[in-house]
Amino acid sequence: MSSIVEVTHLRKLFPVKKGGLFDRQEKFVHAIDDVSFTVERGEVLAVVGESGCGKSTLALTLMGLERPTSGVIQINGQNIATLKGKEIQVVRRHVQMIFQDPYESLNPIMTIADIVAEPLKVHGLVKNKQERQERVIRALEDAGLKPALNFMHRLPQELSGGQRQRVVIAGALVLEPELLIADEPVSMLDVSIRAEILNLLLELRQMRGISIVMITHDLGTVGYVADRIAVMYLGRLVEIGPALQVLQQPHHPYTRALLSVVPVPNPRQRRERVILQGETPNPINLPPGCRFHPRCPVAQPRCQETDPMLQPVAAAHEAACLLLSSG
Amino acid sequence: MSVTDLSTDFLLESAPPAHALVNVSFTLREGEVLGLVGESGCGKTTLMLSLMRLLPANGRITSGTVNFMGQDLLDLGENAMADMRWKHIAMIFQGAMNALNPVQRVGDQIAEAIVQHNYIQEKGVVDGRVAELLDLVGIGPERRRQYPHQYSGGMRQRAMIAMALACNPQIIIADEPTTALDVMVQAQILELLDTLRQRLGLSILFVTHDLGVVAEMCDTVLVMYGGVTVEYASVDTIYNDPQHPYTRELLRAFPDLSRPTEKLASIPGHPPRLNALPPGCRFAPRCPAVFDRCHTEQPALHQVKLGHWASCHLVERM
Repeated sequence: MSSIVEVTHLRKLFPVKKGGLFDRQEKFVHAIDDVSFTVERGEVLAVVGESGCGKSTLALTLMGLERPTSGVIQINGQNIATLKGKEIQVVRRHVQMIFQDPYESLNPIMTIADIVAEPLKVHGLVKNKQERQERVIRALEDAGLKPALNFMHRLPQELSGGQRQRVVIAGALVLEPELLIADEPVSMLDVSIRAEILNLLLELRQMRGISIVMITHDLGTVGYVADRIAVMYLGRLVEIGPALQVLQQPHHPYTRALLSVVPVPNPRQRRERVILQGETPNPINLPPGCRFHPRCPVAQPRCQETDPMLQPVAAAHEAACLLLSSG
Repeated sequence: MSVTDLSTDFLLESAPPAHALVNVSFTLREGEVLGLVGESGCGKTTLMLSLMRLLPANGRITSGTVNFMGQDLLDLGENAMADMRWKHIAMIFQGAMNALNPVQRVGDQIAEAIVQHNYIQEKGVVDGRVAELLDLVGIGPERRRQYPHQYSGGMRQRAMIAMALACNPQIIIADEPTTALDVMVQAQILELLDTLRQRLGLSILFVTHDLGVVAEMCDTVLVMYGGVTVEYASVDTIYNDPQHPYTRELLRAFPDLSRPTEKLASIPGHPPRLNALPPGCRFAPRCPAVFDRCHTEQPALHQVKLGHWASCHLVERM
């Protein structure tokens, strides 16, 4: 069977206001620059990177909320970049998003039942009240809010953070999507309930065969949930591969540095940390050559000239670094 | 600083007061980093505000002492306490984005912190001090005249740290100083705090929910839950010989990159609300090792061994 998502040479540029009267050259923010990857059915792909790396733009483009500048995004074999109006609605029904903040993404004056039922109304999917009720109940229970009747008539403020995030998930499930895009789904939650939500996502994948693209900056948790990890830096994929391999044998210097600074909850385990100085450069004036070279601890002169492409480093594992090819 | 039996209530309309903080004790030595760990509603913010005496109008400190520099901070008059803040105890807040004034140059804001608290008055000397502070936290002198919006999140947090250091305090209370930052920027800020601790002999009360950061930064750890001390010990003991079930569960729920295949545990239920606390042990409703006594009687803090305290009926039985 074909992949649920197939992204090829995706680019998304945002024009920036011109500097002044005489500054005629138009400038762009290179949010996503030539990114290709696939998501298989039932797979969890984690997209990891720091703020400004383009991961949120990627999520919005996958949702069809931002139009790509160029490239192809096929969802279920349909290129969503060329679809219009109604057609895009149909595809979007199969792709749902879970946002980061369960405190702000729920309307405080709507009951839980109304919140979860709203997508059904928007998409005009149910014929009568009873069918709507049934689907809402099923979505709530699948999201772990059991029995659903205990929650349906409550307001968001009466629920805990974890329960609210389950409501957000139920709101996505009610449309029976094939792909969930989860943008930092647990970063606002208490540590003790994060695992619950992550385990719920894994259960949904098992039960419904849903594919999940998880956008996160938290490398600590991705190993528990993701099948594959894609690391982004300044709009580019710098490494992609099976989760355990990327975590245990990272090839790209950026991935290595990122992993080395994730705090380990054990004071007896001290590792060599590679703290990159400075911050991710501005995505308007990209450095020439490899865009990581100004901060790369192992950069060489040729890194300033040649922009490296992804190349295989192990089975199903690719990284974009010039040093890899020289062995 | 030595804190003994500190308790704080919040007075509520049409309800009995909420006991947000009950009998918390700890010692913060010179150059020590104490991690204050807990989830939302565990009382860590209340503790911090009580120490600084910055509680909201309905907050009341009901018992305890805070000994610092030979006096009880809770006995000080408002003016004396105001003098204590900044000059001896300073705070770094979580929202570096919102804690800076958006329409004032960063250098001027730091200068203002110095002048306002009567640390130095002469203009020339203040300028010198601002330059020194910026250098200390790794902000280039050319950025002194910039505004907060021209700073990235990490730079703003550095500016906040410079401001906290303005009057050369002995103690820094850092409230989730890296929570909103990316891991690489977080690593930079933690490295900076560690350097400052060594160079200036600072004591830091590090408030966080991130057990990874605690393991890397702290010497001792105080774990809180529902307003009480759950466990208090050296960082090595907390991670390698935790006695309280909550500490153990919290550690199991925290992702560890060094063992990524293990299943991540969760603690069923959610932290208690301070106005609806269970009658016995506050962790009883979620505790995997709960027994009858836990539902009726609150456990006291027992000494497990020298420098290791835990409040659990199971520890007492041992």
